Parts: sequence; C-alpha cells; structure tokens
Amino acid sequence: MIPAAFDYEVAESADHAIALLAQHGDDAKLLAGGHSLIPMMRYRLATPSVLVDVGRLDGLRYIRTGNGTVSIGALTRHSELEHSAELAEACPMLASVAALVGDPAVRHRGTLGGTLAHADPASDLPAAVLALGGTIVAQGPGGSREVAAGDFFTGYFESVLADDEMITEVRVPAGTGGWNYQKFNRRAQDWAIVGVAVAGGGSGVSLVNMGSTPVRASGVEAAVAGGASAAEAAAVAADGLEPPEDLNADAEYRSHLARVLTERALNAAGVA
Amino acid sequence: MTITEDAPAGHVGSRRLRKEDPALLTGEAKFIDDLALTGAIWVGVVRSTEAHADIVGIDGSAALAIDGVNEVLSGDDLAPLWGEGALPCAWPVTPDMKNPTHLPVARGTAKYVGDAVAVVLADSRYAAADGAAAVVVDYEPLPAVVEIEDAVADGAPLVHPDLESNECYTWGLWGDNAAAVDAAFADAAHVVSERYLQQRLIPAPMEPRGCAAVPSPAGGELTLYSATQIPHILKVMTAVVLGIPENKLRVVAPSVGGGFGCKLNVYAEEILCSALAMQRGAPVRWTEGRSEGATSTIQGRGQVQHIELAADAGGKVQAVRVKLLADMGAYLQLVTPGVPLLGGFLYHGCYDIGLYLFECTAVFTNRTPTDAYRGAGRPEATYAIERAMDSLAVSVGVSPEEIRARNFIGADAFPYTSSAGLVFDSGDYQAVLDKAVALAGLESRRADQARRVAGGSSKRIGIGFSSYVEMCGLAPSRVLASLDYGAGGWEAATVRISPTCKVQVVTGSTPHGQGHETCWSMIVADKLGVDPDDVEVLHSDTAVSPTGLDTYGSRSLAVGGTAVYMATDKVIDKARAIAAHQLEASEEDLEFSGGTFRVRGTPEAEVPLAGVAFAAFTAHDLPDGMEPNLEAHVTYDPPNFTFPNGTHIAVVEVDTDTGNVDLIDYVAVDDCGVQINPLIVEGQVHGGILQGAAQALYEDAVYNSDGQLVSTNLADYLVPSAAEAPRFRLDSHATPSPTNPMGVKGVGEAGTIAAAPAVINAVVDALRDLGVTDVDMPASPQTVWKAIADAQGGAS
Repeated sequence: MIPAAFDYEVAESADHAIALLAQHGDDAKLLAGGHSLIPMMRYRLATPSVLVDVGRLDGLRYIRTGNGTVSIGALTRHSELEHSAELAEACPMLASVAALVGDPAVRHRGTLGGTLAHADPASDLPAAVLALGGTIVAQGPGGSREVAAGDFFTGYFESVLADDEMITEVRVPAGTGGWNYQKFNRRAQDWAIVGVAVAGGGSGVSLVNMGSTPVRASGVEAAVAGGASAAEAAAVAADGLEPPEDLNADAEYRSHLARVLTERALNAAGVA
Repeated sequence: MTITEDAPAGHVGSRRLRKEDPALLTGEAKFIDDLALTGAIWVGVVRSTEAHADIVGIDGSAALAIDGVNEVLSGDDLAPLWGEGALPCAWPVTPDMKNPTHLPVARGTAKYVGDAVAVVLADSRYAAADGAAAVVVDYEPLPAVVEIEDAVADGAPLVHPDLESNECYTWGLWGDNAAAVDAAFADAAHVVSERYLQQRLIPAPMEPRGCAAVPSPAGGELTLYSATQIPHILKVMTAVVLGIPENKLRVVAPSVGGGFGCKLNVYAEEILCSALAMQRGAPVRWTEGRSEGATSTIQGRGQVQHIELAADAGGKVQAVRVKLLADMGAYLQLVTPGVPLLGGFLYHGCYDIGLYLFECTAVFTNRTPTDAYRGAGRPEATYAIERAMDSLAVSVGVSPEEIRARNFIGADAFPYTSSAGLVFDSGDYQAVLDKAVALAGLESRRADQARRVAGGSSKRIGIGFSSYVEMCGLAPSRVLASLDYGAGGWEAATVRISPTCKVQVVTGSTPHGQGHETCWSMIVADKLGVDPDDVEVLHSDTAVSPTGLDTYGSRSLAVGGTAVYMATDKVIDKARAIAAHQLEASEEDLEFSGGTFRVRGTPEAEVPLAGVAFAAFTAHDLPDGMEPNLEAHVTYDPPNFTFPNGTHIAVVEVDTDTGNVDLIDYVAVDDCGVQINPLIVEGQVHGGILQGAAQALYEDAVYNSDGQLVSTNLADYLVPSAAEAPRFRLDSHATPSPTNPMGVKGVGEAGTIAAAPAVINAVVDALRDLGVTDVDMPASPQTVWKAIADAQGGAS
C-alpha cells in the first residue's frame, strides 16, 4: 500500500500544467482529486514518475449556464455538482449522478475532468456525460479542441486525450428532458456493477461497466425512437456487448442486469 | 433502543459515555505506527506469490541497489536467529495432531500465497516497501490444495509431504451414543440432512497489524510493542520461542484499533523483529499494509458442515449428528486447531436434544492459516443448527418460532447439563423469543409478505429467525486442561487506593476497543463510592500489569471484570479493619456505603474512605500487624463458562429481478446477563450484527483454483459500512448468571454469532415459494439471482 517513488510538481495554470506534461512525457500524470489515481499508485498498478498537481487551479472550478448549454470547469468537484442549485435547474441528471459517486470523501475531492480523463468504464459520470451528448474540451500545447463524449473513450482507462493534453471544460445541453440513472451496486461506496443513464426521454442511453468504455446503447435508443415500449427497448440493451467479469458478476448476470436496469431507467424517464 | 428500566442507583447500568473516546476521537491515542523510534530498522517482508512452490533462488540485487535498502535476507540466512524455534500452536487438540514446523520465514518451500520467503531491512518504511517489491524470487511451482474437500480427496497433493497426509486431526464428542443416535434416525418422523459452507473471512480491523522491538543492549532487555490482543501470552511465547529470559522481556500493546481475534496470535513478524533487534542492538519495526494483511494475517471460518436432525412427528428433535471439515490453512497458528472445538459443544443450539454426535476433521490447505475470528466456532455452530431448524420447521409444517418453542431448553431446566457435556448457567429462551417476536411486529410483516406473493411482486419479503446460545467467559482452567489447551483461563486484577483516595485498577484484560476503562471504573466506583473519573485503569503493558491472560472469547467482563470486583471487595475488607480501628468499633458493626464507614445504630460515628486511605498511607496508627496502604490483588479462575443467549429476527426484501437483498429491519433480544453499561452493550451488538450480516451478504475471501487470493483489497473484499447497516432494534432480557457475583455473561461476540443465520434464513424465507431452499454465503445479488433461476429451471 506504499506507492513507488515519484516526483511532484504543482501547476500554477492550465498552460503550466500542459508545459509540465510536455516536459515530462508519458511518465507524467495529472493529479486532480486523486481518488482514482492514488489508490492505483498505492497498489502499484500505476507508477507515474511525475505527478503534476492541477488540484489548485480554482479558475477551472465553475458551473455556468447560457445559450442552452451548461459549461463546467474540469476541476469542479463532484460535491459541487451535487449541491449546485444552478445545475439542479439546468441539468438535474448530472447533479443527481454526481451524488452517487463513491462516498462523501470521494465526492469532496474527485473532479469531473478527472473522472472523464481517468476513463474508467465503471464510473458514473462518464456514462452520464455520454448519455447527455456532452462535449469535452481538451487543451494542449497547440490550443484547445472539442471532442464529443461519444468519440472520447477508446478503451479501459484510455481516451483520445494526448499525453500533453488536459481537460479544461465539459459541456452538456441544458434541459435534457426525461432522464434517469440506475446504479446497481452492493455497497453505497462502490462502483456500479452495472449502471444505466437515460437522457432526453430515451434519446440518449448509456451503460456503465458493460464494456471497456462507457457504452452508448444505440440499439435501445433506436428502439425507443421507433416507438418500442420500454420493455422491448431494454431487451436489446446488452446485445453485441462483451461485459467484463469479476467477483460481483459474470457476463450473463451483467447482461441480465443491463436489461433490467435499462427498463427501469426508461420507465422512470417517461418511456412507457 | 428505548430504555424503560428505572434509572440505576449507581453508575453500573447507566449509559455512561466512554472515557476512552476523547483521546481516540482527537487523535491523541497512540497506535503502533505512531511510535517515534530513532534509528529503527524497517522490515519489508517478501511474500510468496505462489500457493505452493519450491524456492529455487532469491535475487536481492535490484533491491540492494535502492537507496536506503541495506540487506536482503532469506529464510536460510535468518534461520540461526531462531534455530529450531517455530511459531507456537498452543492447542494440540489430540495427542496425534499433526503440527508442521512453522518457521517465521520459510526455508525451501513456500506453502501459501503470503508466506514470508525473504526479508528486506531498510532505513524507512518506504525503502522497505520498494525493496520488498524489487526482490526477485525464483519459484518452482508445486501442485496446490486449495479447497477443503479436495484436501481429503484420493490422490490429493500433500501440503506437508513429511506429514504424509493433509489430515491434521479428527476430534469428536461421540461417547457411547452411536447406536442410540442411529436408532433415533431410524425411528424419526422427520430427518433433516444439510450441507453448509462457511466461507473464509478476512478480519480487517481498522488498524492493521504492526510491531516494533526495542532492545536495551546494555542490560540485555527487550521491549516488544505490538498491535496485539494478548501482550501477556505474547510475552511468554516470545520468551519460549527465542530463549529470551522472561525477566528481560516486556510486551506493550499501545492503543489497538480492533482485533476480532486476528490479533490473538503470535506472528512471524513479532518473532522476527524481536530476534533481529536482539541481534542488531537496534529497534526493528514492521507495519502491515492492508493488502499484505489479507494473506499475512490469519483468516476466519473455512468449514464444510454436515448436520443431520432426527425429529419426531411433532418436530421435537431427538438427535443431532454433525460432521465438519475444517480448514486449518497451511500451518497451525496459536489456537487454529481449537476453533472448531469452541463450536463443537454447541451444535444442538439452545434446544433440549438428548443425543449428540460431533466429529471434526481438520485439514491442511495451501492457504493462509485460519484462527479465531469473532465468535470462533460458535457462529459456525449457530449457523448450522439455526438453518437446519428452519428446514425442520418446513418439513413439519410449522413456523420457525413454533419449531423453536417446541425444542427450547425450558426456563426451569437451569442449571442445564447439555448432551455435549456443558452446564448452562441461566436463561429463559422462550421469553427472549416472545419479546423478539413482539418487537418485530411479525403479524404485519407476514401479512405484507403474503400480499406480495399473492400479487406476484418482484420484491419479496423474508423473515429469518436465529436463536442462539454461546459459551463465553473463557474459561475454567481445569476445563481448558481437559481440552488440551496450553494455558489457563483465569484473570488477574489489582486495586490500589492512593493517599488522596484516587483509585488505580490494574487489569490483566487487554482492551482493543471494547471500553474496559469505562466499565471497570463504573464497577469500582459503585463499590467504593467514588466518582468513575477518580478511577484510572492500567492495562496492556506487562511492566505495569505483569499478570494476565488478555482479551478474547467475550471473557473480559465475566472473568477480568469479576477479578476487579473481587479485588475491590478485598480492599474494602482491609479498609474496614482500619476504619474499625479508627472508630474503636468491631468490624461486624460497620456498614460501608457511599464511600463512608458507619457504625450501625450510631450515625455520628463514621469515617470516609478518604480518611481510611490516608491513615493507611501514613501508617501512623494501624491495627497491630497490619501492612500499610490499601491494595489488593486477586486472580480469579471462573468455575464455569457463561452462556449468553438471544433471538434475532432479520427482515429482508429481495428483488427477484436482480437478486439484491436489502436488510430492512433487524430485531435483537439478547440475554448477556447483567449489563454494566448498556451503551457499550449496544455498540457491541450493533457491530456484531453487522459483522455477522457481512458474512451472510458481503464478505468472502475468494481464492482461485491456483490458490491465489482474489479479494485482496477493500474494493473486492466487501466490508459493509454504516450505509449498509440495517435499522437495529434492540432489547434485552437479562437472567443474571449465577456463575459470578455480578451476574454478567459477556456480549462481545453475540451479534456475530446470531446474525448470519438470521439473515440467510430470511433470504430463503423470501424465496421459498419460488423453490429456493438454500443460498450460499455471501448471498450476493448474483448468487441469489442464480439460486432463483436454478430453482425455477428445476421446477419447469
């Protein structure tokens, strides 16, 4: 439970953080809330030689609404999403999902940008941003670019983010229609065994922990768009997926849970 | 819990806040890793990554290249430190029990994942961890025995080839009953025959283990600090294993953050650090990592249970027959072989069953050694009989409460000699059950349950009973002798009254979270008429408390507390003699209450205890021949165990679509005898229930077929948190134990003993109409969902 040795740098700004990343190459990792990265380091599953601490960049902690869009600074804590009156109004799903991440200690340190960059398919907020059709703003040495959430995740703990890029902002559409998030786990603090996020009355459906990335359930979305009932649409939730197997669930049980939870989420989101 | 009793006259019986807590809550309390030791050598332990393998080579060159890493030592290098000395097993339960030599660091062959195979000595904990990770061990894998039943299969690989068998021992209680038991089964109207699995559990106290050995090279003394439950036993064992004269050895347990039995042991690291410290003349220390502890600290449970009941047409059980296979792991730790025996007397539960057969075969496997874990044998026994009684109720066609009522030992039967040979002290099992039934609101629960079944709801309600009796207050020394245990079961206490009438209590009990300081203070304060805050309680340091047998098996209050009670009486007797001298009265004419001696019938003739204490200190005018000072020592050997009992009722809601189990209500009515502090009793019951429910629903030390522990961290090994705790609704029904003067029994393990069968009985009750008759522990959502699917598949 003792991490391998590493160097530690404090970033004074996003530009500084990106410069430090460029300087140290792929052995460097950004440290935001640290509640995913530090445990992996303690298990020595991650052994970055340099940590670049962006946790003090308070300029990237904000929630702004306007022009039908909610813009959230990457260093915004889960607890700030959870308790923001502005977010509860503009995108209640995101606030609601944030309240289900880990435990209070995790939510007070963990950040939205951090959880997206970590790209854990078992995390809640990446799937929520995916179902919402969100956009991720990444800044690198050459400036910023916008990546659709659907294009962002590429594999287990992997994304299109380059070694010298950091997420600075996340945007989701305001007023997302009928929504629901189903999180199934054994202890309140745990990752989802399976989770289902439904936004826009069933036009955006994504699955947690059903593959190597947060998964867009396009078959379900198409069924809903075609007028299928919630039960009919949910029946295809696990089609074509290769869910992971672990102590909590084998592939068969995970697929079953995906169907059950998708029907519940669709029902709660207003799909009959 | 609603307290309905009248307010107690004294402190005993009141919900006094714990005097331990301010230091714990503010971080002032010092645990093993808080010790500041200048110049300490830090130990990093290289542990086997193989379940069974020859150690072909150990390459420490990469470790030695790390700054701060000074030495890499193999088991062969270290062998001269202990010679033939091996880690002790104090409980050879049969004369022919097989006990493999258990060296602190393995030589030649590693026998389980986590077995120590080499040691790194470093300047810091960080360097020790880096060094241990960098040591390269070359293994030649050998076939491993992982599962219990595989260990006794034909052709099974041998964990210890020199022992020629994986069977450690077979122990039983069979007397001359066999023919009568066979006849009872032949004649039975109802026979229940069940097989249950007790999964392995990881104790996971808040504080992992750790130790630090600090030598005084000039005088040859050694102080061993350890996060242990048993400083006194550890001292004797360390002296014996390493040949350190006992008078040169001191063992200190600082604040200890929980144990649950896993710190009731003598561990490799304690012996290793002590031996190295003596050799190097410098402090040597080790702190366990959480994942390291998953395999380097003992695990609990690990049994395959076969239980059979023979009952008449009315459901009255005539005979119980039990066969266990118990997993010792790769080696025997301090009391590993004895754990199944602690349950072996209790498989008839709280029922009057005349014919009893018990047999346990213990086996070696290539896994971490097992040993005592909260309840130690008794949860296993309670699980088997309480699950089987529910099956019998179904067979007979009566409710779980009715089958229990038909079989309970009657309230008028105490003292009750059981068919297993114990004498139960006191109890009213039916009254306890009746109270629990009323508290649970059983009628409306059952109506809701029936409504949901009739409506085809996917949210089923299940109600599960568990009536238990346990033996604690370990233990009469002569009884322990008859069980071949290597020590006694007494406890020691000293009570001193200072010149200013403050009280010092020295106890041989060794708290690690229980609240001894508070309870002992309350007992003494009531007897002496002083404030509990004027009582200090000293413990857990063999230099301060040289005599003791420590804390485990719910023994502290019934044995250690009784010793304190009796030592206080002894001090009062001496004070009475001095007071009589001061008042020029005879001792028989004095009464003592509220801290004052008075001459009966002469109210103005009185002297306060403070006056007596000061007189005892100055010794200016004491009765002829009396020694100065007020001090008394008592060593108390209990005449019997105590037998706490109770009925717990768990209510679950099972989602048949997902298999999820919600523990929605939990009622517990316990008889732990007289309660010293109901607040502390409730805390013990709450924690105990959650720990038992954890076995039922969450926790599982999962090994794969190669003998690798898969659940090595607290994300995979699911210790429940407060968020998973049910609503606890507690009540009590005290029948004071006649075994000791306070009438106390003990409560440290009761909740854990009762909870697992209550919860699983509830899960099965919820699913019975779907055809489910058993669900293995832990009843995870996947396990429950598959049990439903299997039952439905079988039905169609």
